Amino acid sequence: MSHEATLHTSHDAHGHHDHHEHHQSFISKYIFSMDHKMIAKQFLITGMIWAVLGGLMSVFFRLQLGYPDTSFPWLEDILGKWAKGGHITPEAYYALVTTHGTVLVFFVLTAGLSGTFANFLIPLQIGARDMASPFMNMLSYWFFFLAGVVMLSSMFVETGPFSGGWTAYPPLSALGSASPGSKTGMDLWIVAMALFVVSSLLGGLNYIATVLNMRTKGMSMTRLPLTVWALFFTAVLGVLSFPVLFSGFILLIFDRNFGTSFYLSDIFVNGVGALPNEGGSAILFQHLFWFLGHPEVYIILLPAMGMVSEILSTNSRKPIFGYMAMVGSMFAIAVLAFLVWAHHMFVTGLNPFLGSIFVLLTLLIAVPSAIKVFNWLTTLWKGNIRFTPAMLFAIGFVSLFISGGLTGIWLGNSSIDIHLHDTYFVIAHFHIVMGVASMFGMFAGIYHWFPKMYGRQMNNTLGYIHFWVTMAGAYLIFWPMHYEGLAGMPRRYYDYSIWESFKQFEGLNRFISIVVIIVFMVQLLFLLNFFYSIIKGRKLTKQNPWESNTLEWTAPIHPGHGNWPGEIPEVYRWAYDYGKDGKEFIPQNVPIGDDESHH
Amino acid sequence: MTTTTTAPADKLWGGGKSPFNVEYGKLMMWYFLMSDAFTFGAFLISYGTIRFSSVGWPDPNKVFKSYPFAAEHANAPLVFVSIMTFILIVSSVTMVMAVQAGHQMRKKAVVTNLILTIIGGIAFLSCQAWEWHHLFTEGAWWGRNPFPNADGSIASTNFTNYFFTITGFHGFHVFSGVIINIVMLIMTLTNQFEKRGHYLMIEKAGLYWHFVDLVWVFVFTCFYLI
Repeated sequence: MSHEATLHTSHDAHGHHDHHEHHQSFISKYIFSMDHKMIAKQFLITGMIWAVLGGLMSVFFRLQLGYPDTSFPWLEDILGKWAKGGHITPEAYYALVTTHGTVLVFFVLTAGLSGTFANFLIPLQIGARDMASPFMNMLSYWFFFLAGVVMLSSMFVETGPFSGGWTAYPPLSALGSASPGSKTGMDLWIVAMALFVVSSLLGGLNYIATVLNMRTKGMSMTRLPLTVWALFFTAVLGVLSFPVLFSGFILLIFDRNFGTSFYLSDIFVNGVGALPNEGGSAILFQHLFWFLGHPEVYIILLPAMGMVSEILSTNSRKPIFGYMAMVGSMFAIAVLAFLVWAHHMFVTGLNPFLGSIFVLLTLLIAVPSAIKVFNWLTTLWKGNIRFTPAMLFAIGFVSLFISGGLTGIWLGNSSIDIHLHDTYFVIAHFHIVMGVASMFGMFAGIYHWFPKMYGRQMNNTLGYIHFWVTMAGAYLIFWPMHYEGLAGMPRRYYDYSIWESFKQFEGLNRFISIVVIIVFMVQLLFLLNFFYSIIKGRKLTKQNPWESNTLEWTAPIHPGHGNWPGEIPEVYRWAYDYGKDGKEFIPQNVPIGDDESHH
Repeated sequence: MTTTTTAPADKLWGGGKSPFNVEYGKLMMWYFLMSDAFTFGAFLISYGTIRFSSVGWPDPNKVFKSYPFAAEHANAPLVFVSIMTFILIVSSVTMVMAVQAGHQMRKKAVVTNLILTIIGGIAFLSCQAWEWHHLFTEGAWWGRNPFPNADGSIASTNFTNYFFTITGFHGFHVFSGVIINIVMLIMTLTNQFEKRGHYLMIEKAGLYWHFVDLVWVFVFTCFYLI
């Protein structure tokens, strides 16, 4: 079985660096790799491709929002019939919005983020040769890849990709006759998502089993770096919430293809007449969807939180403040994540009393979130801060998490949410707190662990430019949207200029669109930096460039399959002994000295 | 019962003992089953939501009253499904015996009990196939429901929609279980577990099989009893 297989490969790899591994063919090393580090890179680069595509989509629809009356002939060259006369068509606009959401939420910030860092960091930080099941790990990537292929193919079908929003609410998703995108595009969308669920399940089971079972000697759960804790909770959330979405999708497939009425009732279609479906409930899908959808927010956010904790502590040269409180609050967030889904549904006719319970549970999340924020701030407090690009992005994450979190308190109140529901306020809130913040976590992680991944350094100057433009851009794009939302500007509208009350935002919309284009360009700069540094980056001279305590930096600069030549290091302490007893840092594998003070 | 880590794993960790004293495969199986429980949970809760927001619902005693080789108007409510359920539960017993025999390294007993379990699974699936076929001949299918509500009014098609979807999904799980058990049987017959020195794989297959049985108890309750 795979267990024995690991053993063989890991023994073979002892003492070898990756470029000395003669026994691996190109295919088994780079394509069907079972090495967790290579799989992590596969996830990362696939995620990056999706991020560029998803980002480009937002540029396209921002052009429509910012310049509803201007024609861009070059758009027609790229998009063909979807941009007739240089204007993005309404159908294309909805397809772009939908695919942007699906791709960014699932393919980039779920698979791209936890796929990359859970794979890369869990075995290296807990001191394991590889994942519990390297074979399942490989399958996890290839299911993700397949999901991507199907999703991509949905963009090239005659009737266009699905265009009913990333939440896929019925009846738009359940009736082929509802819109052009509800036809083949939606079928492919469901298939892609089902493959994605399988990928996430295979990955999640592996992460959980690895964290629980494969830790090196001395690495007790309370000595785990916070990254590992975060990735562990993320995996648990995924394993328990995606199946519910899966059930919802199965019912949806039956509604689409087998004449059932799970989500359909009393529907009249123009030109077709009344449909026979009765007895179903469209709201049922929303419950099933958001039972995944809300934990999904934390699936996206927790890995970023974990990496940020790690990076803040390392670069502040101080122990993380309140380690157990950090773990406890992540646990609280993970539990509460399952109990708040209906706060997305306050306007569905939900019983107000039930609504008030969901308000209470939603606002409770503010408590562990605030604990985390204060712990990050106190970790920074009086620290000897090293402003590496990774550190800047980590600090940026904290800033965005505070800004976006505060508006979450507004939206969590059902009475305020009824006014703000489906406006740009919501767009601003979730992009800042979940989208951009997690993206910042991902950037921080990439900058920080790039040396471990490729044995080279990324360019710092480009990193600083990337950070400052993205940081300023994030606020310039999303801050004004709060005001538009408060004024009632609804989301997902093709053209606002025809309403007198929203005409006042014409200039603001244009401004946002310009910033979007600039920020998008800077992300390309980041990609340039990333890929250039893989080939030509400054070679790492030190095994531990950030002077960090965690185990991955005790492995060789180019770890082979098996991570450590010879014995796996034993762990004697937690990961945050920075500035202790006058020492700059004490890695986890250094035994406790006799005269050492207790932390 | 030694399900602890095996020697190679010890070497893999450089001296550490498996912290949870369970091998990783079993841990994964438990988490998978939790995940699958959520899948079935979502189905059954959806079913409950729709059923209890409907004005009426067919009476299972009047729907599930037939059995094979019976005269056309057989009236034996729930007898056939009780036999199905009994078969599945007995197959769980033989599975336990296969797992136990595996722990004691008695290959012959493993083979016998696995075969019995496989037969039980196939028997259950055959019963289900007959029942589906019978309901189909009565006019029931996805999107078609010939059975009236208990009060005689016309019922929603969601009665049959949910019945076929959920029992079908469960049947698919039983089918996968049968396949897994057949693989286990082949691996036993080719001495793979003997070579490994343990039958832990059969224990994991057993966990899955019991889970599928347990789910049936809930499906049975929700569709046939209530």
